Amino acid sequence: MSDATEPTLRTEEMTLNMGPQHPSTHGVLRFVIRADGEVMREAVPDVGYLHRSIEKIAEKVGYHGFMPYTDRVDYVCAMFTNQGWGMACEKLAGIEVPRRGEYCRVISTEFNRIASHLLTVGLMGMDIGAMTPFLHALREREMINDLIEELCGARLTFNYMRIGGVAWDLPPGWREKALAYLDHLDPILAEYNALFSYNKICIQRLANVAPISAAEAINYNLVGPNLRACGVKWDVRKDMPYSAYSDFEFDVPIGRGEWGTLGDSMDRYMMRIYEMKESARILRQALTRMPDGPVLAKVVRNFRPPAGECQVRVESARGDQGWYVVSDGSGYPWRVHVRTGSFAAMGIIQKLSRGLMIADLVVLIASLDVIAPEIDR
Amino acid sequence: MEPLQIYERLKVRFGERVLETIEKRSDPFAVIDPAALVEICLYLREDPELAMDCLSNETGVDYKDHLEVVYHLFSYSHRHGAVLKIKLPREEPRVATVEGIWKSANWMEREIFDLVGVNFEGHSDMRRILMPEDWPGHPLRKDFVEPQEYHGISTVRESPIVRLDQHKDQHKKK
Amino acid sequence: MPLLNSLPDYVLTTKTDELINWMRKSSIWYMLFGLACCAIELMHTGGPRADIERFGATPRASARQSDLMIIAGTLTLKMALRTRLLYDQMPDPKYVISMGSCSNCGGLFQLAYSVCDGVDKVIPVDVYVPGCPPRPEALTEGLLKLQEKIMTERWLAKAPAAKGEAA
Repeated sequence: MSDATEPTLRTEEMTLNMGPQHPSTHGVLRFVIRADGEVMREAVPDVGYLHRSIEKIAEKVGYHGFMPYTDRVDYVCAMFTNQGWGMACEKLAGIEVPRRGEYCRVISTEFNRIASHLLTVGLMGMDIGAMTPFLHALREREMINDLIEELCGARLTFNYMRIGGVAWDLPPGWREKALAYLDHLDPILAEYNALFSYNKICIQRLANVAPISAAEAINYNLVGPNLRACGVKWDVRKDMPYSAYSDFEFDVPIGRGEWGTLGDSMDRYMMRIYEMKESARILRQALTRMPDGPVLAKVVRNFRPPAGECQVRVESARGDQGWYVVSDGSGYPWRVHVRTGSFAAMGIIQKLSRGLMIADLVVLIASLDVIAPEIDR
Repeated sequence: MEPLQIYERLKVRFGERVLETIEKRSDPFAVIDPAALVEICLYLREDPELAMDCLSNETGVDYKDHLEVVYHLFSYSHRHGAVLKIKLPREEPRVATVEGIWKSANWMEREIFDLVGVNFEGHSDMRRILMPEDWPGHPLRKDFVEPQEYHGISTVRESPIVRLDQHKDQHKKK
Repeated sequence: MPLLNSLPDYVLTTKTDELINWMRKSSIWYMLFGLACCAIELMHTGGPRADIERFGATPRASARQSDLMIIAGTLTLKMALRTRLLYDQMPDPKYVISMGSCSNCGGLFQLAYSVCDGVDKVIPVDVYVPGCPPRPEALTEGLLKLQEKIMTERWLAKAPAAKGEAA
């Protein structure tokens, strides 16, 4: 019996479909994966399953009426989109927001940043396969939801800000509750880190997965925590200060590659943990130093900014959002475009997926913190 | 550097291919010749004093008599930005892609192709991104007419309030 | 509801239909079909505070393993075809809860060109839960209404194919 002619194993590439309904994708995303066993050749994203034509609706509902739609552009951190739209309209018309209104904006957006990052780190746990960190994160997020519900009435899609300020002032007793929550948050974050972030399994799953270099990140227009994890120190709040951020002292954490390579998934994940701590710092300063006064500037009901265009950048939880608004002098905007961090992050996934394993693709998407409505609008 | 200084340098270098510079209250921009787009963008990226290493935003806008593509550029090393615009005719809007210069243009140009209808020559993957593959028309154009149905699903929803009014009128007649 | 009647302590009488329905309504497994903002509220409903698992409802990833499809979020035309496909993949008897304004009637996106105004254009719906997004308590009430609907089904009296099937 000779083994000179051993039959060779015939291998083929598989084409798999992941999504649009899948428990691990952050919203309705679809990937067509060409895989050689467990290792991917390429994952091609297919988006558009949540394209709700928000930009076209702006041309139909007018400036004031568009505020609720901005919540739906990114529902997990809706305060930032509210603020971006408000700031764009104010820049077009030259309106100045009163100081207390700016402080209210900062407080609500920073609380929203903590809530959004809590959801991200919880979902990272769920995507790896651990259900418990998700429940821990949701427990804290529910407390923030209670605070924001007392402030503006809604848990998720707030519509709290108006052109010229915010809709309502802080309710009586809210400041004390907010400060009590911040005292409660710090040990909880330490507990969460001990439970999940510094867990050996988490580090092994996340470290060295899909590292992105700084030059690549800038070329692909990654923003926010994704960019800072690669070592680029850029935060719109510090470098192009808007609203009341120049009054506050806070650091901008950047990735250092402590657990693996610089710019890998663990760096991107830990960015969110560090940013939550910085947000708590800003909140303490804002809550203790609030000035008095009105919270909303006087803006006419039929708001007609002069013809022109402007671009405004807001540091959202997912990166810096660019709002580009073109006005033709009438009561309806001519064109509204929002360039979100998730849209840019999707562009890099196809390139990074070559050579990754399918389970690592899930980690990559979770670490880039993409969310479907930001991509599709 | 201020945006106007950047446009002055472009005018000095490229002459009449920088068509006009508009200084608006909020954001000054420069309108350039579409044929010179790639050359100007390469210069903006390579020149060490300008170093625009990031295409922060690319938008397509439909003005009724022409289309425009607006490029918002940004430099992380120098912390300055610039805005370029090109004007295209409505019938056959085509312009060269800047994907070779900034990779972020890949998806943004696909979105402009999908929603506004501008064809980017040289793009590696020019197909629709947000709308389904067989969608007719380009939705963000001002003359877009919504289709009445798509694959058997009608896009019209009659309002129940109308039926209630009809019912009320019937009662009144009695 | 008069489910059980006990004569002496060790004999229970009930109707077969009610017993079967009681078992079925206490373990409705729902498919994770969160599309948009309502998906976050769906996650919160399954979360620690408004815990839907105490009613027996567990999230399942696959359509083949679930009884209930909670359409949470806006249904775009591109997604509508896939929704129909997923609905057909669910085994009978199956139920659908339409959660939120967008899946009830298009919501605030009725002005949009790419949104399907209501999921009931594509699949039959049992319970509509209004809200934008509905609170976790509202979704829980929707689930309880579905449980009430399940209790009214008949298994033995009529042939299964002709019963008052929700799907």
